[in-house]
Amino acid sequence: MSANAEERAGIEVEGLVREFKNGPRAVDGIDLRVAPGEIYGFLGPNGAGKSTTVLMLTTLLPPTSGTARVAGFDIVREGGRVRGAIGAALQEAALDPLLTGREHMRLQTALHGLPKAERTERSAELLARVGLSEAANRRVGEYSGGMKRRLDLALALAHRPSILFLDEPTTGLDIQSRSALWDEVAGLAKEGVTVFLTTQYLEEADALADRVGIIDHGKIVAEGTPAELKAEIGRPTVEAVPRDPGDQERVAQALRPFGEQCGATHRGGASVLLEGGESQLADVVRALDAEGIAIEQLQLHAPSLDDVFLAKTGRSLEGAGEDEGEAGSEEMEAVQA
Amino acid sequence: MNKSALSIQVGQLARRSVRRTLRQPAQIVPALIFPLFLLAVNSGGLKSATNLPGFPTDSYLTFALAVPFMQGALFSVMNAGTDLARDIETGFLNRLALTPLRGAALLSGLLAGAFVLGLIQAGTYLIVGLVAGAELVTGFPGALAIIALSVSITVAFGTLGLFVALRTGSGEAVQSLFPVFFVFLFISSMALPLDLLETDWFHALASANPVSYLLGAFRSLLIEGWDLGALALGFGIAATILALGMFAASAALKTRLVRT
Amino acid sequence: MTRDVARAVAWRSIHNFLSNPAFMVPAIVFPLFFFVAFAGGLSAIANTPGFDFPSGYTAFQFVFVLLQSAAFGGVFTGFAIARDFEIGFANRYLLAAQSRGGIVVGYALAALTRAFVTWTVLTVVALVAGMEVGGAGVELFGLYGLAVLVNVAATLWAAGVAMRVRSIQGGPLMQFPTFLILFLAPVYVPLSLLSGWIHAVASVNPVTALLEAGRGFISGDPTQVALAFAVAVVLPVLFALWARGGLKRAEAAG
Repeated sequence: MSANAEERAGIEVEGLVREFKNGPRAVDGIDLRVAPGEIYGFLGPNGAGKSTTVLMLTTLLPPTSGTARVAGFDIVREGGRVRGAIGAALQEAALDPLLTGREHMRLQTALHGLPKAERTERSAELLARVGLSEAANRRVGEYSGGMKRRLDLALALAHRPSILFLDEPTTGLDIQSRSALWDEVAGLAKEGVTVFLTTQYLEEADALADRVGIIDHGKIVAEGTPAELKAEIGRPTVEAVPRDPGDQERVAQALRPFGEQCGATHRGGASVLLEGGESQLADVVRALDAEGIAIEQLQLHAPSLDDVFLAKTGRSLEGAGEDEGEAGSEEMEAVQA
Repeated sequence: MNKSALSIQVGQLARRSVRRTLRQPAQIVPALIFPLFLLAVNSGGLKSATNLPGFPTDSYLTFALAVPFMQGALFSVMNAGTDLARDIETGFLNRLALTPLRGAALLSGLLAGAFVLGLIQAGTYLIVGLVAGAELVTGFPGALAIIALSVSITVAFGTLGLFVALRTGSGEAVQSLFPVFFVFLFISSMALPLDLLETDWFHALASANPVSYLLGAFRSLLIEGWDLGALALGFGIAATILALGMFAASAALKTRLVRT
Repeated sequence: MTRDVARAVAWRSIHNFLSNPAFMVPAIVFPLFFFVAFAGGLSAIANTPGFDFPSGYTAFQFVFVLLQSAAFGGVFTGFAIARDFEIGFANRYLLAAQSRGGIVVGYALAALTRAFVTWTVLTVVALVAGMEVGGAGVELFGLYGLAVLVNVAATLWAAGVAMRVRSIQGGPLMQFPTFLILFLAPVYVPLSLLSGWIHAVASVNPVTALLEAGRGFISGDPTQVALAFAVAVVLPVLFALWARGGLKRAEAAG
C-alpha cells in the first residue's frame, strides 16, 4: 500500500472475534472505524474485552474471525507492516528494572532499525519530551509509576508511528501524572497521530476522546462523540433543596412545568428532568424566585457516560469492573497463557 | 531481513543480557560461592576416599574440581530461565514482539548472558582450584579446554531454562527445575568414580546419566591427560543438549511470541 | 491465651502444608533423595580403612539426613513466616493475637508436625532399605529427641531472621548459615577420618556432637550424649531470644 494510503487509513475493524479455549468470547464481533488523527476512546469495565481488542489490533493475538486493517495493513496477513506503523503502551509498563531509561530508548530504537546516528538524537528528544532527561541514566527500577508510564510512552513513539495504542495508560497514576499524560496524548493528536485509547475512567474518555466506543461483554454497545452519546441518553436534571424542609412540596410544584419529576431527593429537595436542557436553568431559578421559596442548594446534574452505559447495559460502569474483576483477570490469563 | 539487521538485533539483546547479568550480584555471587564452598567441604570431608582401591588420584580436590563446573551449569538454567520468565511476566516480551525482532535473535541474545556468566564461573573455579592445590596434568592448553567445555555446558543448559520459561511463562516454574537438575547431578559420578559405586541401582542410573560423562571429560583434562574419546563425549553431550534445548526453546517461542 | 494463639497459628500452617502438594512433597522428597544419594552413592566409603561404624553406612547417613531434615524443616518454616509478612497475613496475627509469643510457638509447633511427617516416611524407607539399627528404645528416643531440639532451634533461628527482614529475600540469610554449619561437620565419614582444616572446624562445630551422639544412639553405643544434649538445649534457648528480638522488631515496624 502506498504512503498516501497509510496516511489516509486509520483503523478499520469488521466483525472481529476472539474466542478462548473453553472460555468466553472475549471479543464478540466488533465493528469500528478510527479516522486518521482521531483520538478514539475505548471505554468499558474490567473484562469487557478492551485489552483483547488491543492485543489483536497490535498483532500480538490472532483473531478467531473477522478482519481489521491498521494503518491500511491487514492485521493477520501484514502483521510486520502493521507493527512498523504502530506504537503501543500496553497495560503493563513492560520495562526492565535493571536497565536505565536511556538504555531502554537505545534498545527500542535499535530494534526498530533506526540508524545509529539517529538513535541517540531520537532517544534524547523523546526523553526530554516526556520529562525524563534528568532521570535517563537511572535504572527503571528506581522510577515512580508515573515515570515508568512516561518512559513507556516515549518507547512507543521511538520509531515515529502513525498510530498509537494506549491500553489504560493512567491506571494507578496520581492526578498530576494523569493530567500530564493527557496533555501529552492531546499534543500527539494535534501532530496527526491517531490514538486508540482504552480506559475504564469516564472522565478520561470525556476529556480526551474525539469519539468513544463503549464495550461490554465483548460487544460495542454504543459509539459516538461523548456529547452525542450523552444527548442520546439523557437530559440534565436539576435538584433544588429548600432552606425550610416544609417547602419541599412547593419546590416540586414550581419545578413541575419544566419536565418529568424525579421525586424527592435524599437532601429533602425535589428534582426534575429538564426537557429543554441546561438552557432552562435560568427559568428554573426565576420560577423558584417567583414563588418566594428560599433555596439552600441548587444543583444541575448533566448526564455522564456512566448514564450512557447504564442505559445500554442496565449496569453502572463504575463498579461494573469490580463484579467482573475475576472475568477480567481470567481474560488476561488466557491471553498470556 | 538482511544480515546486518539480524546482527544488530542479536548484538543489542546480547548487550542487554550481559548488562542484566552483571547488574545482578544475586545471580553471580551464589553461582561462584556455593560451588566453591561445596568443593571445599567435599574435598575435605571425602579426602579419605582416595584410599579406596582404584581411586584415580591421590588428590580428592582434583577429582572434585570437576563438580563446580556442573553446578555452575545448574545456575545458568536458573538465571537464564528466570530472566526470560520475568520478561514474560512483566510484558517486556510483548514490547520486543512489537519490533521487527526475529525469534532466533532473541534466543541467541539471551544466551549471551549465560556465556559471560559461564566464562566468569569457569575462570574462577579453575583459578581457585589450582591455588588450593588441584592438579592439571594437561597444563595451560588443558585449562583452555576446560573453560571451553564449561562455557559450552553452561550455554547448553541455559537453553533448557529458556525452554521452561517460554513454555510456562513463570519464574516459579523455572525455580522448580532446581531440584530436578540437582537430582541429575547427585545421581552421577559426582562423589565417586563410576566403577567405585557399589549400590547396583545407583551405579546403573549414574552410568546412564550424561552428567557422569560430562564430569568424566573434565576429569580427563585434570587427572588423566588428553583423552580425545572422553573429550569428544563431553563436547558431544553439550552440543546435543544445546541443539535439543534450542529446538525446544524455538518451538516454545513460536507459541509464546504469537505475532501475526 | 498463648496456647490458643499457638494452636490457631499452628493449625493454619499445618493445614496449608497438608493441603498443598507444592509444600508437602518437597519436604518429604528432598530428605529422601539426600538419604538415597548419600547412602546409595557413597556406600563404598564404608570400605575406607579406619571406617568401622558398626551399623553400616546406611545408618551412618540416616542420622545426618534426619538432623539435616530437622534443620531445613525449621528453615522452610522461616520462609513461610517471611511469606506471611510479605502478603500481610502476619499483620493479621499481630493485630488479633492476644499473646504474640504464641504466634512464634504456633509456627514452631507446625514445624515439628511437618518434621514428624517427614521423619516417619524417612524412617520407613530406611528400614525397608535394610538399615541396621543397633540401638534400643531409649537410645532411639534420644536420637529423635535430638532431632526435635534441632528442629526447634532451626525454626527459632529462621523465625528471628524472617521477622527482622519480613521478606522472602531473607531466604538465603536463613538457609546459608544452616547449610554451612551442617556441612562443616562429619557428613560423609566420622570425625576421626577427617583431616586438615575440615577436621579443625568440625572439631569445634556443635553439630559434630549432635551427629556423633545420634550415630551412637542408632548403633547402640551412645557417645557424647551429655555434650550433644547440652548443645541441643542451649541452641533453642539462644534462638528463642533471637526470635523474641525479631518479634519486637516486627512489632515496632508496624
